[in-house]
Amino acid sequence: MEINYSLLTIEIATALLALVVLVIGLVVPREQRYGLGYLVTIGLAGILLVSFGFYGINSSLFEGMYIVDDFSVFFKQLFLVAAILVSLAATLYVRKISANYGEFFIMLVFATLGMMILSSAGDFITLYLALETMTITFYILTGYQKTESKSVEAGVKYLLLGAMSSGILLYGLSLVYGMTGTIVIADVAVKISEMSAMPPALIVGIVFLVAGLGFKISAVPFQMWSPDVYEGAPTPVTAFLAVGSKAAAFAAIVRLFIVAFPAYGAQWKVLFAALAALTIIIGNLVAIPQTNIKRMLAYSSIAQAGYILTGVVAANAAGVKGVAFYAMLYVFATIGAFTVVMNFSANTGSDEIKDYAGLAQRSPLMAAVLTVCLLSMAGIPPLAGFAGKFYLFSSIVNQGYLWLVVIGLLMSMASVYYYLSVAKVMYMAEPTDNTPITVPVGAKATLLMTMIITVFLGIYPEPLSVLANIAAKALFF
Amino acid sequence: MDFPVLTVILLAPVVGALISVFIPKEESRIIKAVAGISTFISLALTIVIYFVYYTQHLDTGGMAFTEDIPWVSDLGVVYSLGVDGFSLPMLLLTNVIGFTAVFSRSWSVEKRAKEFYILLMILIVGVMGTFVARDLFIFFLFYEVVVIPIYIMVIIWGSGSKTKDVTKEYAGMKLTIYLLVGSAFLLAAMIWLYMEAAEMRGLPTFDIATLASLSSQFDQQFQIIVFGMMGFGFTVLLSMFPFHSWSPDGYAGAPTAVSMIHAGVLKKIGGYGLIRIGFFILPLGAKFWAPLIAILAVGNVVYAALICLAQKDMKYVVGYSSVSHMGFVLIGFASLNIIGLNGAVANMFAHGVMSALFFSMVGYIYGATKTRYIPDLGGLAHQMPVAAAGFVVAAMASAGLPGLVSFVPEFTTFVGAFKEASLRIPAIIALTGVVLGAVYVLRMVANVLFGPRKEEWDHVEDIRGSYWIPVVVLIAFIVTFGVFPSLLMDMVNSGMQPIAAKLVDAARVASQMGGNI
Repeated sequence: MEINYSLLTIEIATALLALVVLVIGLVVPREQRYGLGYLVTIGLAGILLVSFGFYGINSSLFEGMYIVDDFSVFFKQLFLVAAILVSLAATLYVRKISANYGEFFIMLVFATLGMMILSSAGDFITLYLALETMTITFYILTGYQKTESKSVEAGVKYLLLGAMSSGILLYGLSLVYGMTGTIVIADVAVKISEMSAMPPALIVGIVFLVAGLGFKISAVPFQMWSPDVYEGAPTPVTAFLAVGSKAAAFAAIVRLFIVAFPAYGAQWKVLFAALAALTIIIGNLVAIPQTNIKRMLAYSSIAQAGYILTGVVAANAAGVKGVAFYAMLYVFATIGAFTVVMNFSANTGSDEIKDYAGLAQRSPLMAAVLTVCLLSMAGIPPLAGFAGKFYLFSSIVNQGYLWLVVIGLLMSMASVYYYLSVAKVMYMAEPTDNTPITVPVGAKATLLMTMIITVFLGIYPEPLSVLANIAAKALFF
Repeated sequence: MDFPVLTVILLAPVVGALISVFIPKEESRIIKAVAGISTFISLALTIVIYFVYYTQHLDTGGMAFTEDIPWVSDLGVVYSLGVDGFSLPMLLLTNVIGFTAVFSRSWSVEKRAKEFYILLMILIVGVMGTFVARDLFIFFLFYEVVVIPIYIMVIIWGSGSKTKDVTKEYAGMKLTIYLLVGSAFLLAAMIWLYMEAAEMRGLPTFDIATLASLSSQFDQQFQIIVFGMMGFGFTVLLSMFPFHSWSPDGYAGAPTAVSMIHAGVLKKIGGYGLIRIGFFILPLGAKFWAPLIAILAVGNVVYAALICLAQKDMKYVVGYSSVSHMGFVLIGFASLNIIGLNGAVANMFAHGVMSALFFSMVGYIYGATKTRYIPDLGGLAHQMPVAAAGFVVAAMASAGLPGLVSFVPEFTTFVGAFKEASLRIPAIIALTGVVLGAVYVLRMVANVLFGPRKEEWDHVEDIRGSYWIPVVVLIAFIVTFGVFPSLLMDMVNSGMQPIAAKLVDAARVASQMGGNI
């Protein structure tokens, strides 16, 4: 069989970029390595441009093991955008926090590669390998600040809990394989349709899959790790973890459940609906009393995962479109917010919300970006989050999940409370220290981009919704 | 293509806000002038189209000055604007209040004036947008644009109260949460309605008229649930009893200009939406919920009026009186007949100009004396006769004096209510609110303005300079529409015709089905 390796151009280019950075990091003297961040940004941007040519291919490689469809291309672009924004924002920050400058960017690119493969995984082996590639690099990135006890603690915590959840996932995959005799996701559906009854072991397997992947998206009740890890990890890592890892897990969930288990839709939909409701409620309510902005953002990102889950519950083209759309705009809002946090702590050494007092006077740009990003997460029009929530909730409203829509909307209004509290501190309170906060060029570019895109997509969501629609259609042909 | 007059009306304050961004913040007088000019442009154009509609389109009715630009194709969102006899009075009200709010005295605005006027202009655009949108999505977009600026304005430029343990932060957050919870239900209802309609037509649309043309196909159960959620959202905004408590706190906390806009027009978005979207699209739902609305409306009128009697803070008096007045509006809605609806909508307009003048005068007195506590004040007519005159006109309009704007609307509302046998008792109880209303406003007028001259207020200045603008403009509207009520009533009547016809239709269908609603 002829294998068209050109379909793998994006992945191969990303792997090459990682290796090039690795080699340059070894041969170039320490002081001159600081260009690496920009090199990675430019390299990834180039790959992003190339990736637009991959829409409309929709084919698979290696007997269904690896799928290159519009859905995977959309998510690959999402990971690339996230990686570009993070590397651009972190260029100077990483230099401050660690001597091992190059490693951060190498790991960043490898994690991106893992996510990309995950979004294209056509069978269980690829899925699991890609997931591990991504998570293992994240273990390293989380503990990247070797001299900071918090960072190391977070790394170990993430490693232990992550390994356990991987185990659960793997067990679930093996049960499904045992019952159906195939590891190819698309074939699983065929085998299941041939079965007369529902084997109990298969149900257990599906529940384990929900739990294992639920951990990766930090859905309640599998969310315990995320606030600690988000708080302890270096901020650029937190940003990338919050958007990239979560979006990748969603890509896997969508493909796995919608393609492999449509026959059991009634069962897992209920499960996901309950998870979504719990995640939305607990994420938002626990975010309210937080005093550390990274923990607050961690809980808010839990809640965001709950919103995205509603699109999975819908399990139709409109729902997947909502997932894709929301995941993308969530990238901009989250990275924008974390870039502000990163810059603020680089200047003041604090992540406490009360220290943000008077930020509007010290750095109007940072205060504006943080406000816009937070309000977008809250779903206040005319920001992008509103359009995203509209797509998500409209996909489930007439499938009998009106209650979930009401919970989602009520809780997103409750979230306005803690988001506005941050805005209030920034705009209302007088600063204790009046020195202006400087924003380095790279971070400034990230801030401006995230803010402009968040506002633009809110007012005119058409471009992204067209792309998301193409992506969703790929799963329902 | 015709001149896009509505877009220009909407954009004038946006342009003003953008210009203000580039003016240095020390130049607060120039920024105020820019805000004044841009809101004046909107006001002038609105008056022009009001009269064009009044003279040319009144007989035919329907939407005029329409604009349609496709916006989000896959959702079926169209940027479509237009005005009819219902939205024009509301648009006019917004612009009158917006323009006069710029020139009202909010003494706390002396600091950070630039941000204040920019937010004020955004607020005005948001409110105007809801009244001219013909697309549900655009309507909701504009509506939500309003909430956040109000919150920021209350917490930065607001003030606490002497009589209650209420800080401006508390007032701002309470107001925001009430409105957002209401809008959550509203949005859920809207999404469901949209999806249901999209399934029926096979093509998504947010166009209000198209959705309304489907209303006979929505089954009764669906209409009742969706109207219930929508009605909750809108009536919270209209401060219906028992969800009204955000409004007096919010008004008391807010700076003058925001109180004017909020009490004057923002609340009316609730009434506007309830009629334009709720009644028009879901007439069976309206029919089902009308008795409950009538009962709660009586609660509004009587309960708020009684509380009003006990208030010692001027802003709380006006705040609770506005809650009480909304009861009249709701009773008119609940009558479901054209007379009652006309009265209710005209009442919304009348209450708007009247409460704006009231808040403007209270704000002026507060700015001059730095207190709103009624026992501290007294005899102010000696020191500030002009402000006192404005205050008395507002009070008389509030009490429903013939010859002023609110007499005919209130009268019409009660005529409409008495036409329905089931509403007679609630209407009679609500009439006591008119009496109580006269008691509390006259008592406030007596205690604040009249009585012996107090030495301590000899230093305060009477209205002068640009502070004249709100007094003159608002009194002009109150008197003009009071003396020539047909200017308003004919307009409203033409806007209400299709909606009332819809309700009559629904009643006939329901009786044919032998339904028990």
